[in-house]
Amino acid sequence: MLKGGSRDTGMLLMERSVPGRAGVVTPPLDVPEQPLPDAAILRDDLALPEVSEPEVVQYFTALSQQNFSIDTHFYPLGSCTMKYNPKINDEIAFLPGFAAIHPLQPPDQSQGALELLHTLQEYLGEITGMSGVSLATLAGAHGELAGVLMMRAYHHAQGDLGRTKMAIPDSAHGTNPASAAMAGFDVVTLPSDKDGNVDLEALHELSGPDLAGVMITLPSTLGLFDQNIVEVCRIVHEAGGLVYGDGANMNALLGRTKLGDLGFDVIHLNLHKTFSTPHGGGGPGAGPVCCAPTLEPFLAAPIVTSSGNGAGPSYSLSTPEQSIGKMSGYHGNFGVLVRAYTYIRTLGDAGIKSISGNAVLNANYIMQALKDIYYLPYDRTCMHEVVLSADWQRPRGVSGLDVAKRLLDYGFHAPTMYFPLIVHEALMIEPTESENRYTLDAFIEALRQINRESEDDPDMVHHAPHTTPVSRLDEAGAARHPDLRWRPSV
Amino acid sequence: MTTAHFQSHYIPNTELEQSEMLATLGLTTIDQLFHDIPDEFRNPALNLPEPLSELEIQRELAGLASKNRALGSGPSFLGAGSYHHFIPAIVKALMTRGEFLTAYTPYQPEVSQGTLQVIYEFQTLISSLFGMEVANAGMYDGATSLAEGVLMACRVTNRERVAVSDTVSPAYLQVTRTYCQAHGIDIEVVRHWEPKVGDDTACLVVQYPNFYGGLEDLGDFAQLAHGHGALLVVSTDPTACGMLNPPGHYSADIVTGEGQPLGIPTSYGGPYLGLFTCKEQYIRQMPSRLVGRTVDSQGRNGYVLTLQTREQHIRRERATSNICTNEALYALASTIYLAAMGRQGLKQVAELCYHKAHYAASQIEALPGYSLPFQRGPFFQEFVVQCPAPPAEINRKLMERNILGGLDITVPPYSDPLPPDLDKGMLLCVTEMNSKQDIDALVAGLAEFN
Repeated sequence: MLKGGSRDTGMLLMERSVPGRAGVVTPPLDVPEQPLPDAAILRDDLALPEVSEPEVVQYFTALSQQNFSIDTHFYPLGSCTMKYNPKINDEIAFLPGFAAIHPLQPPDQSQGALELLHTLQEYLGEITGMSGVSLATLAGAHGELAGVLMMRAYHHAQGDLGRTKMAIPDSAHGTNPASAAMAGFDVVTLPSDKDGNVDLEALHELSGPDLAGVMITLPSTLGLFDQNIVEVCRIVHEAGGLVYGDGANMNALLGRTKLGDLGFDVIHLNLHKTFSTPHGGGGPGAGPVCCAPTLEPFLAAPIVTSSGNGAGPSYSLSTPEQSIGKMSGYHGNFGVLVRAYTYIRTLGDAGIKSISGNAVLNANYIMQALKDIYYLPYDRTCMHEVVLSADWQRPRGVSGLDVAKRLLDYGFHAPTMYFPLIVHEALMIEPTESENRYTLDAFIEALRQINRESEDDPDMVHHAPHTTPVSRLDEAGAARHPDLRWRPSV
Repeated sequence: MTTAHFQSHYIPNTELEQSEMLATLGLTTIDQLFHDIPDEFRNPALNLPEPLSELEIQRELAGLASKNRALGSGPSFLGAGSYHHFIPAIVKALMTRGEFLTAYTPYQPEVSQGTLQVIYEFQTLISSLFGMEVANAGMYDGATSLAEGVLMACRVTNRERVAVSDTVSPAYLQVTRTYCQAHGIDIEVVRHWEPKVGDDTACLVVQYPNFYGGLEDLGDFAQLAHGHGALLVVSTDPTACGMLNPPGHYSADIVTGEGQPLGIPTSYGGPYLGLFTCKEQYIRQMPSRLVGRTVDSQGRNGYVLTLQTREQHIRRERATSNICTNEALYALASTIYLAAMGRQGLKQVAELCYHKAHYAASQIEALPGYSLPFQRGPFFQEFVVQCPAPPAEINRKLMERNILGGLDITVPPYSDPLPPDLDKGMLLCVTEMNSKQDIDALVAGLAEFN
């Protein structure tokens, strides 16, 4: 007997299925019935559940309640920018004039959509200091792949086929090396120096005729603005390479500096981070690519162009001259792009800048309040996130993982753990601008309390969480004996 | 430029609170926090419009939206990979719950069981729908799913030649080429009636129903591919799998698809949902996330991301794919849709599409000047019509009657593989959203030309 009956999540859909129940009623056929194809190609084994509408609503609502989310919990997951997702953005994206239009309908029936995309290209170009923008890529890593393919295409167009190496800092997200590999590059690791900046000496050594470029995240995943960034770009350019910018951490820089001005050649943005579109439990995202004039001809198709003045501009989709090609079925994650447009338009010039200011202030406030009890590997002003370490708790038998799991008991989502890889027991905390001082103080107090618990009752912390729907899960077992779908019991 | 102080309603802390917080850092201005940015590059001019209130935003964007013709505003017969289907109200109501909508990727399983269990349900329903052994947690869209399927087939077979049938979506072919460009993979477009497959072919790629709506014999393709040690990769339509034997029943090795028809709005092409399934023996070569069932420290059932050593955050440049954030929210939408439709509902929707499309085709074929050159064999909900006038011209006339016609396949990229006798081809799509009245209106509009 399950607690709560059908609102208990213990039973899966197929286990709830009762022959004859219906979740929808379909309309009757209003045309004469047509001859069916050869019965040999028809199926009679479709194993989908049979559940009624109230049961579907009860089940999925109960499931939703097993999640932490921004709306319900502080979610300081470093490098993920879990900020408030404005509800108006969703409402706009659901307007029939946006949600119910077909990607292939002729341009004269989609001028509103094209105008929005064209303006968004201009906004993102202005914010990043880049001249070319393609909105066609569907997530951060997808933008990275397009960006590094553009770098490859650029070198090849110069007749320069020997640039096979992509240098990537040791603090980078895993998607950077994976994207570079998908674009056919050999990945070489670029070390960080003692201040958390790119090690210039090592960069000099790598900068030769075989260097295609570097992929830099700014601020880095250490939450630090690289003080040598202009020099990094100069060294790479002098060697004939290009500088890629991973825009995952753009929330720190909105309105404060432009990557194009600093010397970046091509970057991607994560609209589902910086520009507030909901992350949805793992997407959808959007990863527009912005670039300097030299790389514009290689942008992913399509881009939106405008022409004509007399009766107002008219907008159409076009393919850049030497485009790396289409990256997805249509023109990008339009619904996400509508939300980001709405966000930028709502904030305007002044609002955009207050985002970065408050995001950085909140992170520094947390850093200041905790650095006496959690080890701070780089004691500098941080940007939108702070990387602390549980190195001081470790000798008491409490790891970074334990601290993170114990935070769940206090009603806070865990920070990003064990990343970046170059910090032991890393706890990467990104509060964003959306949190008020009261929440930050409560979070700080929880971490101070956990530190006390690591002295008084380390074993309890080690077995946290204690209050969540499930406790720590057997991940090794899951990988050893993969159970990836429900099967009828025999 | 806005000069006066502006407090965004998305930021709680006031200027006074910010000053107090700055004081704990020994600072007086926010700008001091940005001292690491070189002076000459700090605080650049920012040429953006002024902030807007929600009321103003609503008006402005409703205005932009009204410049687009929505599918529901009149009969619409455009498909070609993006389909206008009915979406039950519960899909939006449930997927926009903040607990689903504003959660991150489920990296902390103890507080993400909702999302994880949904994905496990999704994997169950999609593998069952496609007749395959395993499904992953989703990809970006149908086109990128197919491209990743091709890359995976090359990894599995350790071969670098790919044969793509000429009835695969031209857009999907373009995306596959983009994905393969840096890998020295040789992509050859082959005739669907005699596809050339050799002993160095990694995979034969076909679409079912094909881009032109037709249903080709997957059994023949499987036999051909497997006879040469190649894999059969099929891109399929999930609605069609509600009534037709799915590719898995013909021993396809990798089956991908566009999940948009499963409760996701057409939304000008995205966000959509990539479906990706394969035979169990290949799971360690699969791209993207997988959710597995396991137990917690007290023996209770629970769900986790699993086999993560394939993925970029562990394996970095040796990962099976760079994919990270994908379309989890739409995996949820499609799971709710499939739960609501169920065994009977999905079959009924597929049958409605089938009968209405065949009714439309038979009415159009009877018109003087029109023919159905491709539909000698069976088809599902789409078909090609050879028209008596250029399709663009016909579509303009139809729009005067507020009818959105079919896809003009006489222009690139669709015109590439077309035979010369099909110089006025239009690809029409009919779904359960088209009433008999709509179809008759289309036929009457087409009858103007002959």
